[in-house]
Amino acid sequence: MAKQLANIGFFIGLPAVLLFLWWAATLDGGSFYVPTPSRLGDAFASVWLGDRFVTDLLPSLARLTIGLVLTIVAGILLGFLIGSYSWLRKTLEPLLDFFRAIPPPVLIPVLQLVIGINDQMRIFAIVFGAIWPVLLNTVDGVRSADQVLNETSRTFHLSRWQRIVYFIGPSASPQIMTGVRQSLSIGLILLVISEMFGASDGIGFTVILFQRSFKIPEMWSGILMLGLIGIALSTLTKIVEGRVLRWYHGLKEVQHAS
Amino acid sequence: MEHNAVLAYKFPFSDNLTQGAVVAAILTEREHPPLHGGRAGMSRGIRAGQPFEASQALGFVGIGLFLLLWETAPRVGWVNRTFLPEFSLVAQKFFAYLADISFWTDVGRTMTAWAIGLIISIIAGVVFGFAIGLNGFLKRTTRSTIEFLRPIPSVALVPLAVLLFGLSIESSLMLIVYACFWQVLIQVLYGVGDVDPVAESTARAFGLGRFARMRHVVWPTVLPYLMTGVRLASTVAIILAITAELLIGQPGIGYQIGLTQAGGRVPEMYALIVATGFIGVVINIFIRNLERQTLKWHPSVTREGRN
Repeated sequence: MAKQLANIGFFIGLPAVLLFLWWAATLDGGSFYVPTPSRLGDAFASVWLGDRFVTDLLPSLARLTIGLVLTIVAGILLGFLIGSYSWLRKTLEPLLDFFRAIPPPVLIPVLQLVIGINDQMRIFAIVFGAIWPVLLNTVDGVRSADQVLNETSRTFHLSRWQRIVYFIGPSASPQIMTGVRQSLSIGLILLVISEMFGASDGIGFTVILFQRSFKIPEMWSGILMLGLIGIALSTLTKIVEGRVLRWYHGLKEVQHAS
Repeated sequence: MEHNAVLAYKFPFSDNLTQGAVVAAILTEREHPPLHGGRAGMSRGIRAGQPFEASQALGFVGIGLFLLLWETAPRVGWVNRTFLPEFSLVAQKFFAYLADISFWTDVGRTMTAWAIGLIISIIAGVVFGFAIGLNGFLKRTTRSTIEFLRPIPSVALVPLAVLLFGLSIESSLMLIVYACFWQVLIQVLYGVGDVDPVAESTARAFGLGRFARMRHVVWPTVLPYLMTGVRLASTVAIILAITAELLIGQPGIGYQIGLTQAGGRVPEMYALIVATGFIGVVINIFIRNLERQTLKWHPSVTREGRN
């Protein structure tokens, strides 16, 4: 009990102190750039819980969700395909390495040109930019599946499908999850950039709009909103990862103990 | 697996709250084992003195087929030539850029922001990582704050950077440092937590002072982790350097890409994008070499040298 209390104390201690310092430093009403905590709270509530919830926040979240789901599904499917055939992997490896080296934001001008400025463009930007970590990690995970187990499952006449479901899939899953986690954060970045770059709604657009019209507390509330989405994504990944990879984590613990 | 040596470390934050982070740590290491295995395909192919293998031949076939497709598709009309010009035209523009001094000036500007941002992040990450990692109380108090601040996408800070610094290089640096600092800090924290307690006690027993223990016990343990952090940060830094140019209008390659797109100079735009790909590849090779140089003494490098 005391230990739990101490844990909670450590958890909220520093954030509470920082919040207090911010409050104390802006007691005189805050400067132009730094609003008081309550002013920011008001701005946050009035901006994001009002009309903009429907007109900007929801569209952004929808694009992000669709983009990320497509990224993960396409990345894993392609990864399994490329990873399963060694000739295919060797043929594509230099190309994939090069594509991955291109910084994803430069794709946005291209997609604007090819697709136009619309939702499809933003979703494609997320997919093209964020697919590489999932794809390449899946390829690697599939490729590095244990050779002996692979031959054993062949000897037992498991079909290709059964081998993927019962053996290759689980053995590649830790690496796939690593890729997914990296892809999620890149996807969020690309969503914001694509909205800042010629859009008429969305969080990225709104934040830039506030900055250009010098509505500083509102701008801060947008930054806060993006931060909250980032934190929510990373928490969600951790929960999913904890479930999917529970066996893996347990295995590592046993190996550490031995 | 040789990775196990890397994996078998004691995690600094060892309670239930951060199990996710533990897995994350292990996985990060699994995906980026210092120096060997994993995604070393690129550098493996480029390293000198290796026999020409069949796999490399297939790689060239892949590149060849891709370029052939790129050349034919716009000519035959599978894609709109205005939006995707054929490869030969883009290649021509690319080589024209290589001979153009202002192109190299832009590359220089982008790389300057990249290098300064990366160096600031590394120094800050190491200093804070050691200060926090070596102090149990600090480690516990700062954990929740770090876990909150880290996932905030640094592009969210674009408007703030514009407001505070406008078009000067500081706004690029602010974005780069915010994104890269966490990558380095987290790896250094793992590294400091990985110090072998037996080695530490032995050093104490031999009467090594605080500074000597730092130098001979902690630092060698942290270095491989630090290099992993540097590698991750170097990729993130170039992404943000170019983002800052695209969004804020900092002069550099990204800004030029925006200009060519707005001006409808499509082949030039593709040529510049290919150039950013090469910049990325060069950065990867540079960092891998740096890693091999700094960790010459590390078992993973010597092992790599033997086979």
